[in-house]
Amino acid sequence: MLHTLAVLVENNPGVLARVSGLFARRAYNIDSLTVCQTENPTLSLMTIVVEGDTQVIQQVIKQLHKLVVVHKVTNLTNESIVDRELALIRVKVRPETRAEILQIVDIFRGRVVDLGRQTLSVEVTGDEQKITAFIRAMKSFGIAELVRTGRIAIVRSEG
Amino acid sequence: MQHVSSPSSQISISQTSCLQTFTENDAIDPPQQKADSPQHSYNGAKCVFRILEEQGVEVIFGYPGGAVLPLYDALRDSSIRHVLPRHEQAAVHAADAYARASGKVGVCLGTSGPGAANLVTGIANAYMDSIPLVAITGQVPTHLLGSDCFQEVDITGITMPITKHSYLVKDVKDLPRIMREAFHIARTGRPGPVLIDIPRDVQAAPLPTPENENKEVSIKSYRFFSKGNAGQIEEAAKALMKSHKPLIYAGGGIITSGAADILAQLVDTLHLPIVTTLMGIGSIPSNHTNYLGMVGMHGTVTANFAVTDCDLLLAVGVRFDDRVTSGLHHHFATNATIIHIDIDPAEIGKVIVPDIPIVGDARLVLEDLLTKVVQEAGPSNLKPKASGLEPLTSNPAPQQSRLQPPTSHLQPWWQIIRTWQQDHPLCYENPTLLNPQHVLEAMVKVGGPNTIVVTDVGQHQMWAAQLYQVQRARQFITSAGLGTMGFGLPASIGAQLACPDKTVFLVTGDGSLQMTIQELATTVQNKLPVKIILMNNGVLGMVRQLQSFFHEERFSQIQLKSNPDFVKIADAYGIKGFRVHTPEDMEPILRQALAEPGPVLMDCLISPDETVWPMVPPGKAIHEMMLGE
Repeated sequence: MLHTLAVLVENNPGVLARVSGLFARRAYNIDSLTVCQTENPTLSLMTIVVEGDTQVIQQVIKQLHKLVVVHKVTNLTNESIVDRELALIRVKVRPETRAEILQIVDIFRGRVVDLGRQTLSVEVTGDEQKITAFIRAMKSFGIAELVRTGRIAIVRSEG
Repeated sequence: MQHVSSPSSQISISQTSCLQTFTENDAIDPPQQKADSPQHSYNGAKCVFRILEEQGVEVIFGYPGGAVLPLYDALRDSSIRHVLPRHEQAAVHAADAYARASGKVGVCLGTSGPGAANLVTGIANAYMDSIPLVAITGQVPTHLLGSDCFQEVDITGITMPITKHSYLVKDVKDLPRIMREAFHIARTGRPGPVLIDIPRDVQAAPLPTPENENKEVSIKSYRFFSKGNAGQIEEAAKALMKSHKPLIYAGGGIITSGAADILAQLVDTLHLPIVTTLMGIGSIPSNHTNYLGMVGMHGTVTANFAVTDCDLLLAVGVRFDDRVTSGLHHHFATNATIIHIDIDPAEIGKVIVPDIPIVGDARLVLEDLLTKVVQEAGPSNLKPKASGLEPLTSNPAPQQSRLQPPTSHLQPWWQIIRTWQQDHPLCYENPTLLNPQHVLEAMVKVGGPNTIVVTDVGQHQMWAAQLYQVQRARQFITSAGLGTMGFGLPASIGAQLACPDKTVFLVTGDGSLQMTIQELATTVQNKLPVKIILMNNGVLGMVRQLQSFFHEERFSQIQLKSNPDFVKIADAYGIKGFRVHTPEDMEPILRQALAEPGPVLMDCLISPDETVWPMVPPGKAIHEMMLGE
């Protein structure tokens, strides 16, 4: 099962190496990892999606807590959260497919961010399934290039 | 630098003001040679030694080099004793054993590049056994970092998986804080090694003389547990009182937390049987009648049977290592309710998910547990009994007669245990030739509670663990988790420096000793009267034993054919050497060795066919042991 962990860490050089090294050394599987600054410039937030059963995830959390640079680990998996990924896709386009592509982009509430003679670049955000579905829809037209972020997540406000 | 680029308008400035300008400039950007010069005022290097002194450090083990010149200059003005081994690996092992013997933080120092890299094995060794250690390394100057310059190695990167924490000091202003944090992290919670990498220019950089410093350490993201959860402890006490076949499984955490006396009280009060891990040796006196011996791969039959048969396992300061569980945790203590007490939450559930987990310091948790147990039983029913200590080397006598309520329900369990002990004592083959058991028996006879036994790694280590009569915590020093051959001799140096009034025995083998044999010089230079007992069989005995059983005696690369004459080697270093051929010689030679004021090497010739029994073969559960004849 995939778990989403929010890991609040020191914003120092080498912190990413400590965290990723821990995962590598103990053979935990990182599905995705996103790092960003927080509103506090001395801290960074890592959103880590990791695969494992409950016992493995408990170990991951405990081992992360042992790193001196880690302030807080929150398992968002069973929380009520909003999570998003972002993908930028350059898809091959011909005059006869252009309308259909734009229609699909519209359905997925994507945005065309660049237009060339042979390709069209689309930005799409959403949860993992939505992004995957969109990519699948674009495949038939031919994907020239694709970049995709890891998951970021935030807890929903109460009430 | 403005004054240099100033236009000709400055020509009119008087000479004095010119000088002033240069002085100001010095303060902004001090030229390298001035900061490196011996006459410097307070700087990073001096700060390092001031804080080492502040932290109570008396001895450090180090090796100089280009990137630690400012530190070695500052050392001359420090009260700290510096011991110079012949290899950095020995510096870190000695610091490690110093910590094990004294309970204080061990400190070692090495230069950049190869100096730092030579510390790696020893840092890993300390990490595996949770030993408090601060390793200080020199680093190339900050402006050369990352340029692959001479003697540069990314030591914080290399040691990331084997340190509790590490620092690369880029600004001298951070140095005092980092030094204090390093000691705090190394010694608190589950102890471990901390590395501080200090570039040479940071060592030489000036610092304002400290006034009204804040010496408090506050690391927001670093927490550790001390007291255990009261509810869990109560549950553990109830389970313990209900159990008919309880067993204590004690490890290095007992020694780290200073819990040996409270553990003995618990053992005596409830008349509980106890086994220890290799790291746990010394947490209960070896001659305590309730001690069943070491558990695991080379544990006693009784200890291993007891784990398999018990209905409650009180695991304290242990980590269910594969040398204990045989890597088959589904076959380990399967009949038992498992209580796991450990200060490191990550150890709980890592290998075995316990029924009652308790996170906390072993000493504090056991104190609370004992209080609860006494409450549960009612104070009149439980008076701590006389200690179960028996005279050395006596056979454990059945104790059933001593049992009274409420521990009388353990009588059947003790009967089973005593039968195992009678049926499967530790025994030896070939009594006419000198064998390891003779050596250790003689050591027990001439040694006493005032000895420290340091071992290397291999067969001799297991024999020492099985047979030496250890009376107290910190008396038995061994490389357990990492199993580092070559640990012994440098470790004996560290132990002797930590405990100058004690007799330090080093039990080693011809394989292990030759990995760090150059340290004989260090024992002489520092007048350390270590008594070296070399079990010399001319082979890598443990590997030979494994090849013999599991590779049909297809021996491969285990012959140490061109061993030197170790007595001559000792002589060359100015050390008294003896050769021991027969069982009868052992004790008199040991007594002679003890009478010598300096270090002594005893070359004890034993057969390569000697085997460590019992042995749990790979892939078998711990009660499925191979036994000797």
